[in-house]
Amino acid sequence: MGKTLFDKLWEQHVVSGVAGEPQLLYVNLHLIHEVTSPQAFEGLREAGRKVRRPDRTFGTMDHNVPTQDIFNITDLVAKKQIEALQNNCEEFGVTLCDNGSDRQGIVHMVGPETGLTQPGKIIVCGDSHTATHGAFGALAFGIGTSEVEHVFATQCIWQNKPKSMGVKITGKLAKGVYAKDIILALIAKYGVDFGVGHAVEFYGETIENLTMEERMTICNMAIEGGAKMGMMAPDEKTFDYVRGREYAPEDMDAAIADWKKLPSDPDATYDVDLELNADELVPFITWGTNPEMGIPITGTFPEIKDMNDERAYNYMDLKPGQRPSDIEIGYVFIGSCTNGRLSDLEEAARIVKGKKVKEGITAIVVPGSRPVRKAAEKIGLDKIFIEAGFEWREPGCSMCLGMNPDQVPAGVHCASTSNRNFEGRQGKGARTHLCSPAMAATAAIVGTFRDIREELGA
Amino acid sequence: MEAFTQHTGTTVPLMNDNIDTDQIIPKSFLKRIEKTGFGEFLFDEWRYLPDRTPNPEFTLNKPQYKEATILISGDNFGSGSSREHAAWALDDYGFKAVIAGSFSDIFYMNATKNGLLPIVLKPVELDALAGLGAEETITIDLPAQQVITPNGTYSFEIDSTWKHKLVNGLDDIAISLTHDAEIAAYEAKIPAYWQ
Repeated sequence: MGKTLFDKLWEQHVVSGVAGEPQLLYVNLHLIHEVTSPQAFEGLREAGRKVRRPDRTFGTMDHNVPTQDIFNITDLVAKKQIEALQNNCEEFGVTLCDNGSDRQGIVHMVGPETGLTQPGKIIVCGDSHTATHGAFGALAFGIGTSEVEHVFATQCIWQNKPKSMGVKITGKLAKGVYAKDIILALIAKYGVDFGVGHAVEFYGETIENLTMEERMTICNMAIEGGAKMGMMAPDEKTFDYVRGREYAPEDMDAAIADWKKLPSDPDATYDVDLELNADELVPFITWGTNPEMGIPITGTFPEIKDMNDERAYNYMDLKPGQRPSDIEIGYVFIGSCTNGRLSDLEEAARIVKGKKVKEGITAIVVPGSRPVRKAAEKIGLDKIFIEAGFEWREPGCSMCLGMNPDQVPAGVHCASTSNRNFEGRQGKGARTHLCSPAMAATAAIVGTFRDIREELGA
Repeated sequence: MEAFTQHTGTTVPLMNDNIDTDQIIPKSFLKRIEKTGFGEFLFDEWRYLPDRTPNPEFTLNKPQYKEATILISGDNFGSGSSREHAAWALDDYGFKAVIAGSFSDIFYMNATKNGLLPIVLKPVELDALAGLGAEETITIDLPAQQVITPNGTYSFEIDSTWKHKLVNGLDDIAISLTHDAEIAAYEAKIPAYWQ
């Protein structure tokens, strides 16, 4: 029987152990950031250990970074954590994209942009959105800090092989419907834990037709469906994306010859199969406090079916039967490792060009990385946003998780292009609605959610 | 890591599903660079009123549950962020085990690395546990893979390798370093374009 992309990636990295038991896997790329690494470095120091492969370890600053004045960190505890990463990287010989450097950005932006993210690698990071890199045909997943320390010391990680899941996406996206809507609709359909214990491969004509940036948006949110590993077969688009980047292989031909063998064999099967038809999709938003609590823009909020729904409605101050257009938006956040890429900002800019942010709304655009910020400025997106009344910020995780000064006030509804609408995620009492960049941009202009297909003349 | 063999203690139920790591330990407390001291901030937004006095409505704050060492919860416990701070906070607060309908994959691993035992039981068993009085004790026997309660004894599954490490309190890295020759051999075979 044929092998899946996942089977191949797994087999190619087994250092020790047998099937059916935890196996020791080799890690090709270990990405680190300031929040989940300090205790791991401290553990190394206490045990007198070194980082085995500093050349396969790469650090950046993202979660704590202020996006208004990045060199002026006023939160002293955050400052200490950032300085700890600077000192640790220096002590252990790890390359760091420091604050303000040309390559700095959210860790899941930096990997692809520098060319470190490549097909066939195992990529880990102390961050649950690491599956983003799976869009390149890599086996990428988030790990805890104990595992970060383990990878530092051994360049390997113990894992039980998860079951495989194939998610087939077919059909063509309508104008105004995006990769973000695919993943939100998928999670609304199958729930926030459909992928627990599974490695998910997204495939099908829709996926093949997506750009690399769109593919990353989908893999990024695999964890919101419970799957710590999400991946897609590498193809010519993948190779073209990697080619010419700073850390791309020198011998691209040899690499591509190997990478072409990675896609699932035609006769390979998955343990679980799911499907989604993209033809029928309309723009999605979330109404509740986890990503499965989402509905199409044309829908109404569902009936209360259990205590989880009841709790969510209370927190969000919404009621069953209301519509997305009943939500009064106070904040708009465009950015994050889900939707902070150039194409995301272009889509949002297309909507806001020549319009004004509605009075009373705070709207910020936070490019996911400095390369994105520079590229956007080169084509004048910053001016479009600023003229419309958006704030144009420095790169970082920003309002996706409110660990830095960018937070949504309690009780305020925020249209957000990020990945989590958990209670308190964007700030204590904040009410998050996940959506695509175009939907968030529209919300900034009209003050509520509107079907952007009308806006775009679709 | 502290070894886990048997533990006898009282329980506290937080039965909602999908309790995410943002609830377990809000991000404003992730800036510390130590592993200790997170217990104070466990379930922070639920546990405290705006003036930081304990919220009397929150289950954990009820006097009868003060001594509980075993948390009972619903499905998909520990979903969301990979922050190990969630496991550290539960451990630091005094929990020895979490019994739930299911766990997120990353949280499950983080818990086992810290001697906090994650146990999956069936819905009917969870309901029985959630119905226990605050003073009723249960015993978790990891070597026997059993939860012994006044109403019955429930078996649970755990990977034999993780169990061995928990029961013996073993340091993962020390074990892995004994595979050094295999790691070096693997590294020698990595394709030239990645060397």
